[in-house]
Amino acid sequence: MKIFLFKRLITMIITLLVASSVVFFVLEILPGDPAAVMLGINAEADTLAALRAELGLDKPIAVRYLGWLGDLVQGDLGISYTYDVPVSELIMERVILSFPLAVLSMILSTLIAIPLGIIAASNHSKPMDFLVMIFSQLGIAIPNFWFALLLIIFFSVFMGVLPAGGFAGWEAGMIPALSSLLLPTIALALPQAAILTRVTRSSLLEVLKEDYIRTAQAKGSSLRRTLWRHALRNAMIPVVTIMGLQFSFLLAGTIIIENVFYLPGIGRLIFQAIAQRDLIVVKNLVILLAASVIVINFIVDMLYAVIDPRLRGTQNV
Amino acid sequence: MYERFVEVFSHGMKNRNFVAGGIITIAFFGLALLSYVWSPHPIENINISDKLLSPNAKYLLGTDHFGRDILSMLIMGAKNSIIVAFVAIGIGLGIGVPLGLVAASQRGWTDEFIMRFNDFTLAFPSLISAIMITAIMGPGAVNSIIAIGIFNIPVFARVVRGAALNIWKKEFILAALSSGKSKTRISIEHVLPNTSSVLIVQATIQFAIGILAEAGLSYLGLGTQPPAASWGKMLNEAQTFLHFAPQLAIYPGMAIALTVLGLNLFGDGLRDVLDPKLRRNR
Repeated sequence: MKIFLFKRLITMIITLLVASSVVFFVLEILPGDPAAVMLGINAEADTLAALRAELGLDKPIAVRYLGWLGDLVQGDLGISYTYDVPVSELIMERVILSFPLAVLSMILSTLIAIPLGIIAASNHSKPMDFLVMIFSQLGIAIPNFWFALLLIIFFSVFMGVLPAGGFAGWEAGMIPALSSLLLPTIALALPQAAILTRVTRSSLLEVLKEDYIRTAQAKGSSLRRTLWRHALRNAMIPVVTIMGLQFSFLLAGTIIIENVFYLPGIGRLIFQAIAQRDLIVVKNLVILLAASVIVINFIVDMLYAVIDPRLRGTQNV
Repeated sequence: MYERFVEVFSHGMKNRNFVAGGIITIAFFGLALLSYVWSPHPIENINISDKLLSPNAKYLLGTDHFGRDILSMLIMGAKNSIIVAFVAIGIGLGIGVPLGLVAASQRGWTDEFIMRFNDFTLAFPSLISAIMITAIMGPGAVNSIIAIGIFNIPVFARVVRGAALNIWKKEFILAALSSGKSKTRISIEHVLPNTSSVLIVQATIQFAIGILAEAGLSYLGLGTQPPAASWGKMLNEAQTFLHFAPQLAIYPGMAIALTVLGLNLFGDGLRDVLDPKLRRNR
């Protein structure tokens, strides 16, 4: 177990290093000089040079990479070129919108998906199963930004009960803030719920084929009892894995939905930062998102090994 | 080859998903092909006096804010989606399949290196990377193809490697090895043909994902540029007119959802038909 943990830890650190260097060097080749962007087209040559020196842009690329990495580890994300405030502050401002949005849609999709998956699996090959699978297929096929537009048409244009976009801010109170997050939450949750329903259903059906389920049923356990006592817990392992992956992608996946609803979150920040060539914001955000995916993958792998000892030695299968 | 096709087809006709998905997919491809020879109105035709019309005899689905025919734009959008998704799959297959085959035949360090690289690519939220790529290289159809294609590479590499590993354990591979064939030759002559069914199924799924990704990128204004028509861009433009022309936001979305649904159903059906052993409880 220790060797396995050590090996995975080393792999994770290497992956993080590779990821950070790819992000850094790819953004280096971007056309456009940040100093020129900040000072505008009428800047004098010596002012430009002074600013480049202040930003450290005149140093060799390797030095700048290592410097960035060092700052990153210490939590110093630098100052945004366009907003002129610390990047960490900028991210924190946005995270208080994106993180609750991701959590709410995760909760909503779980509340939809797990019951539906259970219903489908316990009515396998019956009309109910068929209906749930239709829901799931539709949920996967419908692009979430189109679903978002449909929600706006229905709830904002026709009914006029919910805002079509914008964020009231948490300081405006829970009700206005949450009502501006309601439609985005539903739009984000739909495809997640569709996928999670499929995973829950197929994982449950897989478990229901096991010998111990047959044993339980042979001993007279009812279908409901077998499901709750024996099947569900074992079927949850893949479901939880997918949920872990979905969560990190939700944080990133809000990018389109935040644009549909004009929400000032992480996704919109990264989109605007790319458009404005605010490289320091882009590279720090991208690496933080990638790192969260890598770290979540690592944690899930570890949990797997803890739950199922057979997985510890099977790295190369 | 022909016999195998007939066999797959006759099995497929008994499969609900295969039939339903197949019909939708064929209709979608037919629509795109049709655009080469005919479309109701040229989509470059800007006719402001006919703007935002409801469906009528001249414009079957009405017109947009420039007075362009919606139906014609949907048809051109189908062509655009197909081209983007097709080339993106080509990139994934062209680079991913050789990588997967090499990983499976060499094992050891080469395998480890390729698979870690794979994991690393998959770890990036693909939409953000696609946005970064189109931002670096500039928005446009070609760049969005590349951005989507890059993320098909690890998917195909992983799928091929998994299938190939099983084939390398087979006895006929041992026979080929002992007759002195090189690993590369065995990979091409024996392993690759045996992975074709998994590849075809994966390609259908990636096709659907590609269409969704293209729609997302062009919705954000990073994909196909005007005057070419794209479903995602149509949705983006429709958002401005949600209050007085909500129908504009309905058609393109339905086109995307129906196409993706058709491809997914077809892929599911095809998997069941091509390889009953792969059949999962989906």
